Amino acid sequence: MEQRYYQPEIETMPVEEIKKLQSEKLVKQVRHVYDHVPYYRALMDEKGVKPEDIKGIEDIAKLPFLTKADLRDAYPTGLLAVPQKDCVRIHSTSGTTGRRVVAFYTQHDVDLWEDCCARAIMATGCTDEDVCQVAYGYGLFTGGSGLHGGSHKVGCLTLPMSSGNTERQIQFMMDLGATLLCCTPSYAAYLAESLREMGYKPEDNKLKAGIFGAEPWTEEMRRSIQDALGIKAYDIYGLTETSGPGVAFECSEQKGMHINEDHFYAEIIDPDTGEVLPEGSKGELVFTSLDKEAFPLLRYRTRDICVLSRKPCSCGRTHIKMSKPMGRSDDMLIIRGVNVFPSQIETVLLKEGYSPNYQIVLDRVNNNDTFDVNVELNPEQFTDTVGSITAMEKSLAAAMKTMLGINPAVHLVSPKSIVRSEGKAVRVIDKRKLF
Amino acid sequence: MAINQLTVFVENKQGALVQITEALAAANVDIRALSIADTQEFGILRLIVNNNEAATKALDDLGYIIKNIDVVGVKIGDAPGKLSGALDVLDKANINMEYLYAFLTRTEKHAYVVVRVADNAAAETALTDAGFHIITDADVAKL
Repeated sequence: MEQRYYQPEIETMPVEEIKKLQSEKLVKQVRHVYDHVPYYRALMDEKGVKPEDIKGIEDIAKLPFLTKADLRDAYPTGLLAVPQKDCVRIHSTSGTTGRRVVAFYTQHDVDLWEDCCARAIMATGCTDEDVCQVAYGYGLFTGGSGLHGGSHKVGCLTLPMSSGNTERQIQFMMDLGATLLCCTPSYAAYLAESLREMGYKPEDNKLKAGIFGAEPWTEEMRRSIQDALGIKAYDIYGLTETSGPGVAFECSEQKGMHINEDHFYAEIIDPDTGEVLPEGSKGELVFTSLDKEAFPLLRYRTRDICVLSRKPCSCGRTHIKMSKPMGRSDDMLIIRGVNVFPSQIETVLLKEGYSPNYQIVLDRVNNNDTFDVNVELNPEQFTDTVGSITAMEKSLAAAMKTMLGINPAVHLVSPKSIVRSEGKAVRVIDKRKLF
Repeated sequence: MAINQLTVFVENKQGALVQITEALAAANVDIRALSIADTQEFGILRLIVNNNEAATKALDDLGYIIKNIDVVGVKIGDAPGKLSGALDVLDKANINMEYLYAFLTRTEKHAYVVVRVADNAAAETALTDAGFHIITDADVAKL
């Protein structure tokens, strides 16, 4: 495959120059954050670090970490580093209580994010000749906007489909000859299945490539999507806290994702001690935004477990690669692309008058996540008709959908029937074998 | 007047009904009538028994959710058309039924119908006025 780059001078920059660029940007960024974000300044002061102690990228480990808990404490504007009037947009994560994160963007921040997505699109071989179908959700979620912006930058014809409405997706895909599909891998699999059911063969569509992210997926799933759609399927990584998709992306090698190192500095740490681990070690991924203005997180702990590698890549890019995340260092689940914490389920149950005895069961059937929640029925809530119990299940599922953004199947079960091991209930049974 | 129905939440798990009926047998409880409403995932077992206290205790000890509720028991003749006659009375009195089930006894030439309605007293009055005999827990214990 012919290699294409969106910003070749940056994407293939010699490693020494990247480090120099990162050093310059970090020194400036630390000063910017220290001067404008009292929350982080307090963390630095507490650790006894001054901006002048950071002379280059090699000093980064002197800085304190930020965690999701910090983002929650600082909600909504406590980490904002520019006047609000300089911001042009926000995006937000899905959780509705406690876990919500609001990220702010200046026009500069939107631009650099869209550049990252444009790099991801061109790494699949696509150009301004291509038709890019964006079937990620638009709105607060970053997926839709990110790839949409990247597609514009490359100059593709952009189909801003957003998620859902499969029939319409397929109609536009076929009628307008989409060549690049951007969505979650599970939705790609679902689209492939729907196409097959409608009698289309893999060669009937014009798709060449797909950029699929926002949820974990396996190599088996990649092969199955590739075969079903007749495309090459590329992974993309990102999180709202750092901007959105495009923090890292796969190239023609389809083996690890290049991190856009001119904007995001990655470290791997021991999740227990916080100690930085040498390249090649498995540990928790930590990101520093080197030049974002509005929401510049320094040393943000992603909780994703992965490995970094700077082995030379056949695509010509020099930026460091991260493996697919191999797990989490917290209890967050990613279900149908949505981040779910078991504690959110507990909150709903208590609010709705149920005991917090529950079990989440996840599986993957036909490449789609199944999401079941078993809840112990309270004796006081029991009545003698089937209708009232199914109504209770439905109303609980609706309350969870409001909280999480996705619909679980709720099953009421007998009291004390949820297995407890060593006195502690097993809250999550994940049969998906994603990592 | 109404009679007591033992209502038990049963998950659709293999052996659940065996466990329940064995526990009732061990507690020397006679089941007079039984009905199950079920979905794919759970069932609601409705029982008329000769000894409510013993039955409740036996199932409670096993951790089952049990609810004792009042239902209307009607004695009807064991012949074609008798059930529809009783239901017609309720229908004419505008009384909606949630569910019903029926049972026979070995000795009597009668059938019994258990009816679940919102207003037991209204149903009983309508049925009594139409000449039906409403049974009590004491009647059930003697069956």
